[in-house]
Amino acid sequence: MSEKVKIRIDHMGKKYDVENKALLFTKGNSAHDNFVGHESDYVLKNVNLEIKEGEFHIFLGASGCGKTTLLNIVAGFLNKTEGHVTLDDKEILGPGSERGVVFQNADSAIFPWLTVQKNVEYGLRMRGVKKDERRKIAFDALELVGLKGHENKYPDELSGGMKQRVQIARSIAANPEVLIMDEPFGALDAQTRRTLQDELIRIWKKTGKTILFVTHDIAEAVYLGENISIFSVAPDASIVDKIQVPYSYPRNINDEKIGEFIKYTTEKLENAIRSSKEKHEQKKLTASEDYEEEEAVSKIAV
Amino acid sequence: MRNIPRKIIKSGFISWVVLFVLWGIVSLFYTESFFPSPLETYKGFKEIVLNGKLLEDISISVQRVLLGWSRALLIGIPVGLLIGRFRIVNWFIEPFINFFRFVPAIGFLTLFLMWFGVGEESKLILITYASIFPIIINTIAGVNTINPVKYQAAESLGANKLQSFITVTVPGAVPSILTGARLGLSTAIISIVGAEMLAANSGLGYLVYTSRLYYRTDWIFVGIVTLGILGFFADKFLRFIAKKSLKHYGVTG
Repeated sequence: MSEKVKIRIDHMGKKYDVENKALLFTKGNSAHDNFVGHESDYVLKNVNLEIKEGEFHIFLGASGCGKTTLLNIVAGFLNKTEGHVTLDDKEILGPGSERGVVFQNADSAIFPWLTVQKNVEYGLRMRGVKKDERRKIAFDALELVGLKGHENKYPDELSGGMKQRVQIARSIAANPEVLIMDEPFGALDAQTRRTLQDELIRIWKKTGKTILFVTHDIAEAVYLGENISIFSVAPDASIVDKIQVPYSYPRNINDEKIGEFIKYTTEKLENAIRSSKEKHEQKKLTASEDYEEEEAVSKIAV
Repeated sequence: MRNIPRKIIKSGFISWVVLFVLWGIVSLFYTESFFPSPLETYKGFKEIVLNGKLLEDISISVQRVLLGWSRALLIGIPVGLLIGRFRIVNWFIEPFINFFRFVPAIGFLTLFLMWFGVGEESKLILITYASIFPIIINTIAGVNTINPVKYQAAESLGANKLQSFITVTVPGAVPSILTGARLGLSTAIISIVGAEMLAANSGLGYLVYTSRLYYRTDWIFVGIVTLGILGFFADKFLRFIAKKSLKHYGVTG
């Protein structure tokens, strides 16, 4: 890992989309229970982070905490409201091939009308790379993810784990500087997941890419990451804790020290969730007091 | 062995037998020129097969249908893709579509004759008009079913807007385009009668429309049955080809 900062997130904030605002102010809406009050319309607020070149970085947080929102901003699919998100000191304004994305659901991300080979060649084809060279690069990428011999199959002939490998190979073949992964192994069975985790570490070691990996699985975070960013819960979510995992690869998940570290990380995450819940409660209370006051005032007015 | 009766029922064979029997029974109560029996219809059929008239009518109508339908595909698919993908195109064109698709082709019959003459052109335009709306509307629907993640994937692999249109929008909409093409073909066949009602001197529509002048109700029946059979097999053929060649696009037949 070099000391060069690859991705910098600086005082970044993201408000809920204006179109969804009506939802946020609906009291008693189960999914948005916390979202009462006029100031609480930030999903992410004051997020600061530096990711070094070649780093394996994890975003860890509960479901709905805003980590995928941040990932989408880094990928360029969503616009931020304020602050800066830069790659090599250049502001990120949209998607780009220097940031490869591996999506959670391989079925919706890969192209079912293309063979495995063609899927993997896609990024190169868009860039106008010659056919022979495309084939060679795709071949290497497929070999790297262990899909040799499946080149001419169509995605519907592959298992879930193999489809996810196709997605990884497709991203690698396009040769991005950063690989952004959104809970890529979440939908796989435990066995396949473990295999793919090991392979991801191997691929990372071999290619030296910067990896940004989102997960809510604490064991996965500790098993894979060099650094873990812990998220509080939206609204007003941010990175509240950063942990460095002090163990070398390959890690043994059954190792006592790793087990202790998972416990330690769990506590950190629980703290983050608890304190943001308390904050939301506080806000809700103030908001409803305001509301009652307003109501009292309006009654008097009547 | 027990599967054989099931297969017969499933094939729709029994329905056809029942239909024929009912047809036969009903025709007993009426004269030939009012409601010809299956046998009388068969005789009429033999007559126009032997003198070559039916084949000529079929071939001219099939040509018209295919030409008009192909034009509808050529215009309708790109228009539908653009409307579905680009909101600005949608804002401009959709109001027209939602107005004109409720005006039946027959409504334009005399106008088209006036504007495009009594030759082939007016008939082709009528068929194209009739079949273009299901094609456009289904294509739009197809574009809307594409998962936005596919566009995100394409863009983060370096595709620009045009490339993602060609490599994601077009193939992603294929199953719905096919549905539109099938519906378009059936409306094209339906509209052939209207198109050949005026200013034609051959074709199945012409046969159906003019046979009443000679009290040849049996020929009308032949024309109707032929149209039904043509449509039935055209659709089967289209589905078969699509299922064979477009399986990976999500066409299930």
